[in-house]
Amino acid sequence: MYSQGLIGADNRTEETPEFLARFQKRIDAEEKIEPKDEMPEGYRRTLVRQIGQHAHSEIVGMLPEGNWITRAPSLRRKAALLAKVQDEGGHGLYLYSAAETLGVSREEMTEELLSGKAKYSSIFNYPTLSWADMGTIGWLVDGAAIMNQIPLCRCSFGPYARAMIRVCKEESFHQRQGYEIVMTLAQGTPEQKVMAQDSLNRWWWPSLMMFGPHDADSQHSDQSMAWKIKRFTNDELRQKFIDATVPQAEYLGLTIPDPDLTWNEEKGGYDHGPIDWDEFWRVVKGHGPMAKDRIKARKKAWDDGAWVREAALAHAEKRRARKIAAE
Amino acid sequence: MTATTPLWEVFIRPRNGLAHKHVGSLHAADEVMALQAARDVYTRRGEGNSIWVVPSAAITASDPDQTAENFEPTADKIYRHPTFYEIPDEVGHM
Amino acid sequence: MAVFDALLELADDHLILGHRLSEWCGHAPMLEEDLAMPNMGLDLIGTARTLYDHAGKLEGKGRSEDDLAYLRGEREYRNCLLVERPNEDFAHTMLRQFYFAAFMRPYWLAALNSTDEVVRGVAGKAEKEMAYHIRHAGEWVIRLGDGTEESAARIRDAVEALHIYVDELFDSSDAAQEAEAAGLLPVRADLRATWDRTVAEVFAEALLEQPTAAYAQRGGRQGIHNETLGHLLAEMQVVHRAHPGARW
Repeated sequence: MYSQGLIGADNRTEETPEFLARFQKRIDAEEKIEPKDEMPEGYRRTLVRQIGQHAHSEIVGMLPEGNWITRAPSLRRKAALLAKVQDEGGHGLYLYSAAETLGVSREEMTEELLSGKAKYSSIFNYPTLSWADMGTIGWLVDGAAIMNQIPLCRCSFGPYARAMIRVCKEESFHQRQGYEIVMTLAQGTPEQKVMAQDSLNRWWWPSLMMFGPHDADSQHSDQSMAWKIKRFTNDELRQKFIDATVPQAEYLGLTIPDPDLTWNEEKGGYDHGPIDWDEFWRVVKGHGPMAKDRIKARKKAWDDGAWVREAALAHAEKRRARKIAAE
Repeated sequence: MTATTPLWEVFIRPRNGLAHKHVGSLHAADEVMALQAARDVYTRRGEGNSIWVVPSAAITASDPDQTAENFEPTADKIYRHPTFYEIPDEVGHM
Repeated sequence: MAVFDALLELADDHLILGHRLSEWCGHAPMLEEDLAMPNMGLDLIGTARTLYDHAGKLEGKGRSEDDLAYLRGEREYRNCLLVERPNEDFAHTMLRQFYFAAFMRPYWLAALNSTDEVVRGVAGKAEKEMAYHIRHAGEWVIRLGDGTEESAARIRDAVEALHIYVDELFDSSDAAQEAEAAGLLPVRADLRATWDRTVAEVFAEALLEQPTAAYAQRGGRQGIHNETLGHLLAEMQVVHRAHPGARW
């Protein structure tokens, strides 16, 4: 599902100006960089960090929606939600693989996630409290993610771009299934309408925060843009998202919970009220309402699964030994 | 200490008549599990009818530092391409 | 109505087991299994949906797949006990899957000759799905049985815990017997030899022994379940039941 503006990457790099200029020339010529190509250390580090965060977000992102698979109110919804959450696992897998081409293992990345060292999208630290949240997450959170991810299909790093093409292709159903859920509720019983509006109220602002800090406060944006890891700024993408989403909410008869939201004829887009950046940083730093539970759940899955992974490896070793003995 | 589960590269043939194409990678302890995982991960939307899995460690790749010496010498061998030869239009398609 | 009841038994087996598998989503021992288990779960839920829909139509009272799935309680659910057993750990889950698929594969193969067109259609799709479930779960049973000491102990525990639920798979309720006599569904008891062979092959490689059950637990087909099913249904049905008549 989903990527957030990169948090806390270190772009520092120590190569010679000639090396950096040569590299930049390849980037400017829209050449893709492949894993074994020479690249500035800062480029490699930024990618490892960003792809890792993106992969972790997919994996942690399975939890809030996974919370409702067993309670989905119809069999059709149950199947669709299970398939969607499964897709997110797949997207995490593709992304870990892309990061692994840079010499970092999935195990290492997993350990960083579980130790709290690695970040993931702050949106998944909010709780899913009603069935409507399955709709809203698909509509808004996947919608925001798509805004972020489509440009990533053209990212300068080949394996990341290829993984993202696959992700975007598969993800096209996610936002639609979400919107369909919200639409059904918005056109349903009075209780269902209340559920839908309440869900929009809770997810709107966290969705806007998914695009990361304002450009003026985003430390690493410039270098990432120059290296074409990133193609649009946080604010550009956020604006695109708002402009696309407001009419969709209007169609449903739902109210965006922002009294300051107004159409700005001059810029041809909506102006929005202030985002609570204190909350954003608090959640990013691990104080979101569900942060502890999310990591605990991932840690439990990893720890409880250790004996299974060990058994598979032990069996593989025996098979190899038997094969050699038979030869 | 976490033991690492080997990495595999996955190739899928979309349909008979086409070549297997690299689609991504995954982790599995052995080749049987790798094939099953490839089926579960990479063919959920009818992407193909045949799968190859290859241990990533078994792949020998050309060195990017040798890209120039490997691939540039062919650039001036234009006589290997049909457009190098001039055939009058009257002769027709050839 | 015998055919309706017999189809419902079958549908309930698939829905409950699919639901159990879906409980793993996001919590599997490895990412690859986080994709594999939902695949199997989706196969089962898909089959359940077709069967509920068909059963509802045959009943002719206008009950939809969701009415049948969401508005019946424990006593009305007719799944066998095996499928409702809790996930416990990966060993239990894979063994339960293997046992069930080892039964359903020959069942669906036989059902290809059903007198009912919908059943034939389901059978054509499901026998392939079950063949894969046997392979996937079977390969895991082998790895756990012939893996580490811990995994071997865990899969042995699973065999110990689940084998008392096996015999019920081969029982036919009165409703099922009627449907079998009409050529609509395969005779369950006939599938025992195939099941035994499938399990024996995998167990040989897994270094596992098939215990003989001192006593077989039965009751699912009469709606006499373990206590665990009520909790599963409470969770599954809570949203649907909280909003009577709502569309989703």
